[in-house]
Amino acid sequence: MTIQEIETQLADEFAALDDWLDKYDLILDMGKALPPLDAKYKTDQFIISGCQSKVWLHAEYREGKVYFTADSDAIITKGIVSMLVKVLSGQTPDAIQSADLKFIDRIGLKEHLSPTRSNGLASMVKQMKLYAMVFRMKG
Amino acid sequence: MPFNINDIRPDFPILNQTIYKRPLIYFDNAATTQKPLQVINAINDYYLRDNCNIHRGVHYLSVKATEAFEEARREIREFINAPSTHEIIFTKGASESLNLVASSFGKKYLHQGDEVITTIMEHHSNFVPWQIICDENSTVLKVAVILPDGELDLKNLYSLITERTKIIVLTHVSNVLGTINPIKDIIAYAHGKNIPVLIDGAQAVSHLPVDVTDLDCDFYCFSGHKMYGPMGIGVLFGKEKWLEDLPPYQSGGEMVKDVRIEKTTFNELPFKFEAGTPNVEGVMGLQAAVKYLRDLGMENIRAYEDELLKHAVERLSAIGDVRFFGTAPSKASLISFLIGDIHPFDAGTIIDKMGIAVRTGHHCAQPLIDHFGIPGTVRASFAFYNTVDEIDRLAEAVLRVKTMFG
Repeated sequence: MTIQEIETQLADEFAALDDWLDKYDLILDMGKALPPLDAKYKTDQFIISGCQSKVWLHAEYREGKVYFTADSDAIITKGIVSMLVKVLSGQTPDAIQSADLKFIDRIGLKEHLSPTRSNGLASMVKQMKLYAMVFRMKG
Repeated sequence: MPFNINDIRPDFPILNQTIYKRPLIYFDNAATTQKPLQVINAINDYYLRDNCNIHRGVHYLSVKATEAFEEARREIREFINAPSTHEIIFTKGASESLNLVASSFGKKYLHQGDEVITTIMEHHSNFVPWQIICDENSTVLKVAVILPDGELDLKNLYSLITERTKIIVLTHVSNVLGTINPIKDIIAYAHGKNIPVLIDGAQAVSHLPVDVTDLDCDFYCFSGHKMYGPMGIGVLFGKEKWLEDLPPYQSGGEMVKDVRIEKTTFNELPFKFEAGTPNVEGVMGLQAAVKYLRDLGMENIRAYEDELLKHAVERLSAIGDVRFFGTAPSKASLISFLIGDIHPFDAGTIIDKMGIAVRTGHHCAQPLIDHFGIPGTVRASFAFYNTVDEIDRLAEAVLRVKTMFG
């Protein structure tokens, strides 16, 4: 699926939910569904530090596509990390670099990607795109 | 109840609103308090009727604004029972007051090998300015530790004192733990060894009666916005002998007496430390806040907030799995807690969506949070406009968090 198709799928899942708490219940479920990050990557080398929660991110490049795995110490952050991984992992560097990730806004979670939220997610998106750029140059 | 909450709530229109389809509950009072209409009106009235630059003009408005400004200084002097209005310096806030003392005191008194003592429960603003000045002057910064319940370890504090100790700087009330430090005893002990003491009162002035004459502190700092006044205005109380003695902090207009190409002489107190056009609207608002607090009575506020604290501890303890940080017998009205091992960011995000404003994270006190070895806490800090019903709603939200993440 393309990035846009996955984004639409995710946005639709949330559109059915009216109450904020239900939306967060879904985010928690997504956090639980996040494929585990290999313990060797859960080190300071792979950390993206926010003021309030931490994110660890690892990227691999195989056959023209970038594969991300990630984790966080906070479950809500992990849920949003999970969505970003679902949308961007397995895509080409070009597609990742040009992704606008509007689905976060459509879901109503824009605040979580704001740099002032200090939960590491804004830097995570930057880091994912940076990986894509590096792989594209190498590839 | 020492006063009727129904009479107070209409003074704070901001509290009467709905967020996420739920009534707003504001429990982030340690970060900043809401402002009563009396404060908002004082600022408004100042611009509608009295705005003028002060201490300069001979014309009607300037004289009127200057008188109002100096009247506010008298009122604030009375509020903390300072001996003289000369000892009340207006600043941007507690942070600036603390930076002022660290800089001016440091310039004159801190030399290589000297020592400054602070505590692990300080807000960054009473830690970093001292760390910087100590680095610059090769002075040693010593940090007193706490007991498991969040009380200051007085034995440890006193054991740090040596003949090189130049000043002790500590908070009156911890912004994370709520602990009320026995500052009067500490000041008496330090004075017995000829060491001056600075008190960061940012978290105290809105909760307790403060009498700087009785405390005998050398410096006392606080912010207007944490005591129902406006942002961007604060106070430094300093004993006259110190303020006369210390060099100016910033320079500019107002703080000078005579400026010649060869030499400048500085103005007398308090103007020596008030460079530039002051925040007159802020002072007007702060004066209104002080009036408001005096009308309610600080003892009444303390008694009511103690009830809120007791209720909060009872309700949250009953949930089980709630760990409190700071359980000292003498506490201001705030609770810092974690729910099991749930990340404070997760808890705070859900509590927010339940319409309740709490603070999560390290609360600008990283050394203290590191000391506990936790990622942060959830902090609910109460004010006299909060109610036991609102605390019951917090307990429901905490239970909800526990169910969601547990």
